[in-house]
Amino acid sequence: MAKKLESNFINMVAVLFSISLISSAGVGYVYTLTKGPIEKAAEEKQQAAISNVLPGEFDNNPAAEKWTKDIDGGILEFYPAKRNGESIGTAVKTFSNNGFNGYIEIMVGFNPDGSINDYSALVNKETPGLGSKMNFWFRENNPGSVKGKNPGTTGLKVSKDGGDVDAITAATISSRAFLDALNRAASALNGTDATSGATQQNNKQ
Amino acid sequence: MSNIKILTNGLFRENPTFGLLLGMCPTLGVTTSAFNGMGMGLATTFVLVMSNLVISLVANFIPDKVRIPAFIVIIATFVTVVDFSMQAYVQSLYESLGLFIPLIVVNCIVLGRAEAFASKNGVIASIFDGLGMGLGFTISLTLLGVIRELLGSGKIFDITIMSDQYGMLAFVLAPGGFLALGFLIAAVNRLRKTN
Repeated sequence: MAKKLESNFINMVAVLFSISLISSAGVGYVYTLTKGPIEKAAEEKQQAAISNVLPGEFDNNPAAEKWTKDIDGGILEFYPAKRNGESIGTAVKTFSNNGFNGYIEIMVGFNPDGSINDYSALVNKETPGLGSKMNFWFRENNPGSVKGKNPGTTGLKVSKDGGDVDAITAATISSRAFLDALNRAASALNGTDATSGATQQNNKQ
Repeated sequence: MSNIKILTNGLFRENPTFGLLLGMCPTLGVTTSAFNGMGMGLATTFVLVMSNLVISLVANFIPDKVRIPAFIVIIATFVTVVDFSMQAYVQSLYESLGLFIPLIVVNCIVLGRAEAFASKNGVIASIFDGLGMGLGFTISLTLLGVIRELLGSGKIFDITIMSDQYGMLAFVLAPGGFLALGFLIAAVNRLRKTN
């Protein structure tokens, strides 16, 4: 084996400098290679989330007609869907900070009359096996189905708080956070302000 | 040591998880399911092989006093490459592994092999060492993931083996991770002693 470079000041600076330079060039190159695919994957994911929760086919591009609203320290995003110029519903990206592990993000689809069509959980850090069940629990044919329910002005509540939605077993806090996010979306969509009894329940504890 | 021996060294005798007890943080963090464990293992394998390869090539040009920062920069480069590529091409896996991908940088196995093996050995041997250690890590994580997923939710690789009402939730959570890991280490050590 050849002799190692001596650890004097010039050697050390030169070696660290050239390693950093080559590394950043490499990382920069890979970044330009993957930038396109990463953006495409994120966009496809959002498109899929939007079309999953909307009732039926639409012929416009909801992402292009998006509008936003600042509320409770976060941003709600609205994606209106239309067929032949008529509204067939709106997908809303909504959030709640009251999850068991903090922030959750949900894409929820509303019918034109304000009732809920479907939803999908985008960011969900709830406890695996408990709160994380919100991915399917509130879907059609599941115990806590919210399909067809209309949060209206009063907001949805879990049955424990006097509402008519069955909470996830052993995950009432996650369920309240989920409904909190739904109610926030619904009230913002209706232009009313009925930020849910669910929020207050969690804050009281 | 022959290259084959170097390879199997990482798989069994000096298995990073069960033998050297390195990289415990990702081990416990990502093995909630078999698929996550395997994904994490393969990502680490790639980083190990590439960093071992490069470090064995440049080791002689790096003055001793700055070798650790130099190694870390090289390792971090490959981790960033993995991070970008996973984000671009396997989004769902990227999201379930989350923070643990960038944290491969500080995984003791990678720096440990750079320091203990790659900086003192030739290129070919270093590649085999990285491959052996990486695959050993992958197998351990997958095994742990299989056990936790089966006991916790009754599935293996998302295929239902038994109804999930028999699942013991604790095994998906942290306590079950510690328990399963402990029993696995005991079993592997027993096997190693008899061989």
